[in-house]
Amino acid sequence: MANPLKTFLMPELLKGMSVTARTFFTRKYTLNYPEEKAPQSPRFRGLHALRRYANGEERCIACKLCETVCPATCITIDSDVSEDGTRRTSRYDIDLFKCIYCGFCEEACPVDAIVLTRIHEYHMENRGENIMCKDKLLAVGERYETLIAADRAADAPYR
Amino acid sequence: MHTTIHHLLALWATLPEIVRTLVWILIITIGVILCVAFLTLWERKVIGWMQLRRGPNRVRIFGLLPGLGQPFADVFKLLTKEVVVPSGASQFLFRIAPALALVPALAAWAVIPLSPELVVSKANAGLLYLLALSSMGVYGIILAGWSANSKYAMLGAMRSAAQMVAYEIAMGFALVGVLMAAGSMNLGDIVRHQQGGFLAWNWFWLFPLFVVYFIAGVAETNRAPFDVAEGESEIVAGFHVEYSGIAFALFFLAEYANMILISALTAVFFFGGWISPVAGYPLIGHTFLADPSFFWLGLKVFVFLFLFLWLRATFPRYRYDQIMRLGWKALIPVTLVWIGVEMVMAAIHIGPWARPWFH
Repeated sequence: MANPLKTFLMPELLKGMSVTARTFFTRKYTLNYPEEKAPQSPRFRGLHALRRYANGEERCIACKLCETVCPATCITIDSDVSEDGTRRTSRYDIDLFKCIYCGFCEEACPVDAIVLTRIHEYHMENRGENIMCKDKLLAVGERYETLIAADRAADAPYR
Repeated sequence: MHTTIHHLLALWATLPEIVRTLVWILIITIGVILCVAFLTLWERKVIGWMQLRRGPNRVRIFGLLPGLGQPFADVFKLLTKEVVVPSGASQFLFRIAPALALVPALAAWAVIPLSPELVVSKANAGLLYLLALSSMGVYGIILAGWSANSKYAMLGAMRSAAQMVAYEIAMGFALVGVLMAAGSMNLGDIVRHQQGGFLAWNWFWLFPLFVVYFIAGVAETNRAPFDVAEGESEIVAGFHVEYSGIAFALFFLAEYANMILISALTAVFFFGGWISPVAGYPLIGHTFLADPSFFWLGLKVFVFLFLFLWLRATFPRYRYDQIMRLGWKALIPVTLVWIGVEMVMAAIHIGPWARPWFH
């Protein structure tokens, strides 16, 4: 027992208790999640979407750069020639369970077709819904086009 | 209205003694269980606040106070779950162990004086009864750990048995000091002999014993930082790993009932039980605030319960050998030394020994 006074008066224990006593009264950090939400960056990488041009034409040209760059190999693309003679995807699947949301596909895309939106509150109810097919991706893109465009514009100065 | 109450009181007085006692036992038991329910909520709230969180705030009752319904939600969840009995378990002991843990925690309330008049049993050997019952509590834990036929449960039970036996000695010695200062084993008399203002309570003259008693009480109830019996990082949940549903809830209830009990006993032994802290002082010493009442006991119990939670929110868990060292090599010697000091104080008549009932 080096210092009996220090042993019996327990100053260190009291110091520790004073710390918790102080935090007892400080403002709490917790957000009441569904009611309050933390601010999001325009760069947030959430659910995928395929975009269209303003005239309704699909952006994707089936170059397969995203499929190549994907580190998780979650993208599967089949290409075909469409009625108007251009090269288009006949199949564009993303497996949401494999995807690691790295955003490389978006970086690789020469025509800004595949994007990661800021939507992160989504769920699946049945087996197989984790595969986002082309129609579903285009539907997400159509539904949130204004949000996607605004986010790209906000981030444009830094690219 | 008034006449109805008078009629009821008259009816109450005509009831036989045994019926009245049974009613009081029922009231106190239900009261303790309700206190346990809200203590679990209060604990989660306090620990949350100390960790910069909000604590449970989703279940409301009648739209009041976020989180107030949480204890009831928990109870209904546990009630509706299956009680799984492991196939290798000792069936009878496995089922009876939760009751063995809970019964002593509730039975001890029989001798605790809630107010000057209100006590179920004015037993003269109240303190002995309490010591006996607190030793009983360990049986529930050991039997639970042994009967589950699980290694984790066994280890938890062994740890908690060794710990409770070690700290019971320190606790007993601390109570010997209280006994010397009060000159009685009747809990009502122990409180009555502390009359005379805040500084006349036992804590002032028996301060080391109060500290030892409270620390030993924390260890007896297997609460943090002495909760090696259920150290989740090493032995999952200790003695109650295999318990589920309402059987688990009974262990939970026992732990919290023990906490309330230890707080109440600390208040009775060292902080003057129902006596008002302002009694005997000028200005407010003669107003209604100085009246002895249940309210003062409740307030003291609340403060000690808060201390329990505060300790849990602050300190990391002791290592097993550190617990043993603290119990045997620090707390017991301190109590022995202070009992010696008390003998000197009694011989020269200072402190509680200067009071008239010692002459």
